[in-house]
Amino acid sequence: MRLNEIALKLGLEARAGAAGLEAAVLGGYAGDLISDVIAHAGPGVLWVTHQTHRNTVAAAVLKGLAGIVVANGREPEKETLEKAGEENVPLLVSGLSTFELVGRLHRLGLSGVER
Amino acid sequence: MKELQADLHIHTCLSPCAEKEMSPRAVVRQARTMGLDLIAICDHNSAENVEAACRAGLEAGLAVIGGMEICTREEVHVLAFFKDDHALACAQTMVYESLRGKNEPEVFGEQVVMNERDEVAGLNSRLLIGATDLGLEEVIQVIHSLGGMAIAAHVDRPSFSIISQLGFIRQDLGLDGVEVCSERPPEVPVELAVLRSSDAHRLREIGCRSTRFLMGAPTAPEVEMALRRFDGRCVLASEGG
Repeated sequence: MRLNEIALKLGLEARAGAAGLEAAVLGGYAGDLISDVIAHAGPGVLWVTHQTHRNTVAAAVLKGLAGIVVANGREPEKETLEKAGEENVPLLVSGLSTFELVGRLHRLGLSGVER
Repeated sequence: MKELQADLHIHTCLSPCAEKEMSPRAVVRQARTMGLDLIAICDHNSAENVEAACRAGLEAGLAVIGGMEICTREEVHVLAFFKDDHALACAQTMVYESLRGKNEPEVFGEQVVMNERDEVAGLNSRLLIGATDLGLEEVIQVIHSLGGMAIAAHVDRPSFSIISQLGFIRQDLGLDGVEVCSERPPEVPVELAVLRSSDAHRLREIGCRSTRFLMGAPTAPEVEMALRRFDGRCVLASEGG
């Protein structure tokens, strides 16, 4: 499934890196500790988080993630938006809580990363 | 130039998670017993026991730096050391303005403010264990604007550390050093000074880890120069695991 299709279905709003919305999403991961995401998420994964710091973008580039969704109505910091734009990392926001958002992603057929 | 032993991360009974035995005088006494030349008092998001500890230190002949362990919006703990009372008070005000919530002593523990005679002067009612609204970069900027030093606390711990929360340490953050706990610390940018300190929440933990400095005197300005390897001053070794 493509990221723009998911965004449309779940009402996610792209804040930066919209050029990457054509990317295929292969799975999902949720977490607020960037160290944990670096350790466990992989290429093509859509990352749901509360973390709004610019280091999220670096982690997404490092791991080849499909994109980042900041949940629960939080907004990314200005530097994070700039960084996401520079690196072409899709950065989206959702008013849904992490729990609700992840539930809906599952219903669309996405599954989590197997450890 | 002298070799001086410092433990620059010690809590007092003001931190809700610290033992009640951590009164300013008792902390100073134990630090002397452990042979330390210099300590820094770093309670969570507050410096209200620094004055009492400094006075106790003055009496006991132990140098005490006033500091704080600030929790950023990303839940990264940053140690702030200041060179004077005014800077510390300003930092305190800014932290309080960006800290929400009330402490629940039954859940988190009491937050006891003491005077220099080790008498209870009051209880702090703020949620000191909470996170401020200030981002990591903002906290570092605030500390530097007040002439202080910003040290990333316990970077090798699985929680509340810059690496656990933010994945890695960006070189351009402007940190003055990092504090490590384990015997084999993680890789950190080479230009950063590496400190060891106890993060003591109990008396018996004071000095269990410490840093040996080569510097002119046990003062905050000298520590700053040592962190920057200025004019012959430096961190000689950090000890304890």
